[in-house]
Amino acid sequence: MINCCIRKIFPEIENLSNGLIKGDTRSIAKALSVVENCRDKGELLINRIFLETGKSSVWGVTGPPGSGKSSLVDKLIEKERSLSRKVAVIAVDPTSPFSGGALLGDRLRMQSHATDPGVFIRSMASRGRLGGLSNASFDAVKIFDAAGFNTVIIETVGVGQSEIEIVELSDLVILVLAPGMGDDIQAMKAGIMEIGDIFVVNKKDKDGAEKMKTEIEYALSLKEGHHKGDRSNVVMTSAKSGEGTDMLHREICDQVKLSSSSGGLRERKLRNTKKEIERIFNMKISELFYEKGVMSSKIEQAAVEIQNKSMSPYEFVGKEISLFKGANK
Amino acid sequence: MAKKRILIAKPGLDGHDRGAKYVARALKDAGYEVIYTGIRQTPEAIVSTAIQEDVDFIGLSLLSGAHNELFPRVVELLDNKGAEDIIVFGGGVIPIDDFDYLKSKGVKAIFTPGAQIKDIIDFIELQN
Ligand SMILES: Nc1nc2c(ncn2[C@@H]2O[C@H](COP(=O)(O)OP(=O)(O)OP(=O)(O)O)[C@@H](O)[C@H]2O)c(=O)[nH]1
Ligand SMILES: [Mg+2]
Repeated sequence: MINCCIRKIFPEIENLSNGLIKGDTRSIAKALSVVENCRDKGELLINRIFLETGKSSVWGVTGPPGSGKSSLVDKLIEKERSLSRKVAVIAVDPTSPFSGGALLGDRLRMQSHATDPGVFIRSMASRGRLGGLSNASFDAVKIFDAAGFNTVIIETVGVGQSEIEIVELSDLVILVLAPGMGDDIQAMKAGIMEIGDIFVVNKKDKDGAEKMKTEIEYALSLKEGHHKGDRSNVVMTSAKSGEGTDMLHREICDQVKLSSSSGGLRERKLRNTKKEIERIFNMKISELFYEKGVMSSKIEQAAVEIQNKSMSPYEFVGKEISLFKGANK
Repeated sequence: MAKKRILIAKPGLDGHDRGAKYVARALKDAGYEVIYTGIRQTPEAIVSTAIQEDVDFIGLSLLSGAHNELFPRVVELLDNKGAEDIIVFGGGVIPIDDFDYLKSKGVKAIFTPGAQIKDIIDFIELQN
């Protein structure tokens, strides 16, 4: 049913969908732009290709700025290619809140793969969402999945919201840390230790790497559910020399295998899908309210009244919600 | 809303990327999404990157003097891949005598070191 309509209204979407499912590079690239730029068309496109998704292994790579994420992703691409797996990378960098522009520099470290037809790298700006992943990155994963990439890697700087969102987007999160980053690590320990499935101390060629590994292992040993004698999931690497990257890749593959066979992966995917539904709901609900800019002028007026104590903020929001409900009976 | 995307790339062998980096940063500050891929990129890598990234523009920067081969080669490869809609401009040390040749080969604009960022932005905004 739905498909017929789409065919009539959006032959462009139909062409893109067919092209990308066949793995056509230009179609994939254009489809990624559609989900970034045009939400309505993007939704139709995702609906159209949805049946083809669910096959890729999705890895999240995060960590503080400059810890070596892109350099490590470059090595992981190499390992995956040596196993003849097709790899897609989504490299997310923040949009400047001042200019709205972005400097997307992650792929600089991955250019040795630029002409390999089995590798597709796409840089994305976070756009509206400060510190978060762009909405489009969730759709981008589906596009690469439908296009037949065996592995999809998402790189994002581990700040703010993106920390949580990377978990909701991937089958497994690789947290990349490096020595010489000062108190940052201490400050991050609390929250960020929760999100990693694999911990990497990169730049092992630098002073303090060994100490950092010990610290992380100690922090992990305090975590709930940790058992003495559990296998360490802390790996030391040097993305520069390549040292340790074999081991990191093996650890990733082992964990993927383990979680598929234990049912852990299925559980995680289910959890992530629930989160995704909530995210879409929240987005759509706030769109409903803020539609056509009416609400923002109302809020401006109400702010004055609330300051004058003519009503409380709860009274205002309560009134607006009743109005909204009434209008949609 | 669509944001204009620009690939800033350095073909050729020279390792001087100060100019290219400066332009990349300035274009970001002007509100564009800029992809920077670093030095010593082959025309093949540049074109493949531009297509994957679905950019609207490629800005090529070159100081080594091979612009008469490398810039047209990029345009030619784009044509071969059906991506002739991507607009190519160039910058760097390029003698005025070469401008006509490069333009005849499909390079839309050339900015020498004296050019202002504003000139590049004006050029970008004029294209559609
Ligand atoms: N000494 C040393 N330097 C490294 C290593 N890995 C990466 N670097 C350097 O660290 C710097 C940052 O590397 P990237 O791979 O860009 O780091 P990133 O985490 O992706 O950076 P952002 O995306 O900007 O947050 C670069 O100058 C790399 O050359 C390593 O193992 N040892
Ligand atoms: Mg990076």
